[in-house]
Amino acid sequence: MTGSANDKITPKGFMALRLTVNNHPGVMSHVCGLFARRAFNVEGILVTPQQGGDTSRIWLVVNADARLGQMIRQVRKLYDVLEVLAFEADESSLERMDECMAGWEQAGPCAEIGA
Amino acid sequence: MFEGNGAELVIRLLERQGVKRIPGIPGGANLPLYDALGASRSIRHILARHEQGAGFMAQGMARTTGQPAVFFATSGPGATNTLTAIADAKLDSVPIICITGQVPSQLIGTDAFQEVDIYGMSLPVTKHNFLVRSVAELAHVIPEAFRIASPGRPGPVLIDIPKDVQTARIRLSELPEPAQPDPVEAPDVLALSQAAQMICAAKRPILLLGGGVASSGASSVARKLAEAASLPVTMSLLGLGALPDAHPLNLGMLGMHGTRAANILLEECDLLLVAGARLDDRATGRLERFCSEAKLIHIDIDQSELDKLKLAHLAITADVGAALAGLLPLVQAEAGQIGGQCEGRGPWLARVAQCKAENPSQFPGLDNPLTPYGLVRCTGELLASSEFSSEGEGAIVVTDVGQHQMRAAQAYPDLKPRAWLTSGGLGTMGFGLPAAIGAALANPARRVVCFSGDGSLQMNIQELATAAETGANVTVVLADNGGLGLVQQQQDLFYGRRIFASDYRVRIDFVKIAEGFGVRALDLNLSRDPLSDLERALKREGPCLVRVPVAAEDNVYPIVPPGAANIDMIGGEPARDMIGGEVCAAKGGN
Repeated sequence: MTGSANDKITPKGFMALRLTVNNHPGVMSHVCGLFARRAFNVEGILVTPQQGGDTSRIWLVVNADARLGQMIRQVRKLYDVLEVLAFEADESSLERMDECMAGWEQAGPCAEIGA
Repeated sequence: MFEGNGAELVIRLLERQGVKRIPGIPGGANLPLYDALGASRSIRHILARHEQGAGFMAQGMARTTGQPAVFFATSGPGATNTLTAIADAKLDSVPIICITGQVPSQLIGTDAFQEVDIYGMSLPVTKHNFLVRSVAELAHVIPEAFRIASPGRPGPVLIDIPKDVQTARIRLSELPEPAQPDPVEAPDVLALSQAAQMICAAKRPILLLGGGVASSGASSVARKLAEAASLPVTMSLLGLGALPDAHPLNLGMLGMHGTRAANILLEECDLLLVAGARLDDRATGRLERFCSEAKLIHIDIDQSELDKLKLAHLAITADVGAALAGLLPLVQAEAGQIGGQCEGRGPWLARVAQCKAENPSQFPGLDNPLTPYGLVRCTGELLASSEFSSEGEGAIVVTDVGQHQMRAAQAYPDLKPRAWLTSGGLGTMGFGLPAAIGAALANPARRVVCFSGDGSLQMNIQELATAAETGANVTVVLADNGGLGLVQQQQDLFYGRRIFASDYRVRIDFVKIAEGFGVRALDLNLSRDPLSDLERALKREGPCLVRVPVAAEDNVYPIVPPGAANIDMIGGEPARDMIGGEVCAAKGGN
């Protein structure tokens, strides 16, 4: 997912944000929309349901630029966001995210879903 | 015990929240809600003529009372029409709740008739929004919307309710309690005492008050703090009214059309204390050159406003009223230790007085109601006279957007918090008339004056019908220059005087138009005694329109060119050898 292009900013590496959110169909729109309209790129996303499915965990891999603190404050204001924690990260995690799906990919795409 | 359908539950919950008036427009997808509203004994519906108008009526109610105001719209075009009013409320932090009807759940996502994804569309312009997926959710969502809209930094909430959720039956053993605002956390004591030390140690401090001061009811404590610490005070467009004009510490408004004195003195200050303002570009001008030598203390209830544009030396997340009230005794104690006043403040106060005396505001034609400044000042003086203010509370002043708005901000005498309604952040032409109607209906004992221009008025002129129908006590004072004045001003100053697409070739007969809507109207230019005719128009029960022709060539000064530093403002200097025209005393007093 990309916000608007922000080529001028040279990344000083990556950070991973771990959001705990209320799990409902609109919450991804709230989170992704916020990053897009504040022109902040998201390099990778992983979403997993948490205990019972009432909450989800969203991992966002983002560039560690000077505006990150401001972005985290904005994310905290979202009603459905219960907690935000930031961790140092690197590109390797992005590659490994892909690897997780490799098993599914190997079987080849499905033909019979009416698409 | 409650038994009924979803729509009846919504109305019942709104009644329990104390909602008394709901502006809106019915349509296919919200008819169950209207059917339930029609049966309500305590809520009065106000039929707007456009959903944007309904939204601004709700804003007029919310801005004057501080309580969340609700408005209704149907799905599709009804819903999209609300967006400008919602975005306006977001930028000016106004608690409104928009309840839209949506196509039935099973049709969502099929491009059904009058289906739009208003949930998705309203994401960036709401504080929060809901798409209600079952009738059971309503019991939680409606009180929750009130809990979200007003506490902390207020803002708009949208609730989208599919038609089948409105008609579904529900039985509740008890109704949820009406939402109360959550208690606000007390400000950090250590930060406050650090702020008090910085204030008292500063040689040339200035206090900047924003809309947050008005909305947290902090004007009087802000004034006490300013007096206790000898802090000269400037205000943003939405913060106006915290101090009387003639107060010696009052510098007037800062920024693009602010006072020369405020913009000059901000350049010289060594400490800026910002309270409930977000340092918008219209207020600061070019940011790198705004108070570049000063330390910054920034107080705001929204933590994300702190360090957003300008890094604060001391950032305090707090309700502005609580923070200023906490600061006051600390500053008094600091000052007390060093002899009653903050150390060495004398030279700065002398400099402030000198700068104000050298830069009095220039308001030509102030006592003639047929001039752009005169129509503002004369209206204000008439409304301040004893006959109007005898009922205790003064008039509510509303503006549209444009030159008349800036002139009202500059020259209306002694504006008051919660009685000064203007579209600051979004700058929405068309705000004025519907917001004034909403303000009048929520404050039936008070007179409401709406300064407008011919460009702005045409953007929601259909609400004259709502004014006539409701008999709202609104006097529209229309400065008619036959064009888009503020656009012309920028073309005149910054685009080689090429006036293009900003003058109307058809002159509209606004008196006839108003009368066609059933609103009394007069052309002040045709009056033998304009001042007493204006007074009569302001005294009348019900809506009234007063048209005043003004010259499109009259620019508003001073003006900071877009992108320039405040200190590089153009115009508004006192003419040393002025012939003709009038020089008036500084609005901020001397």
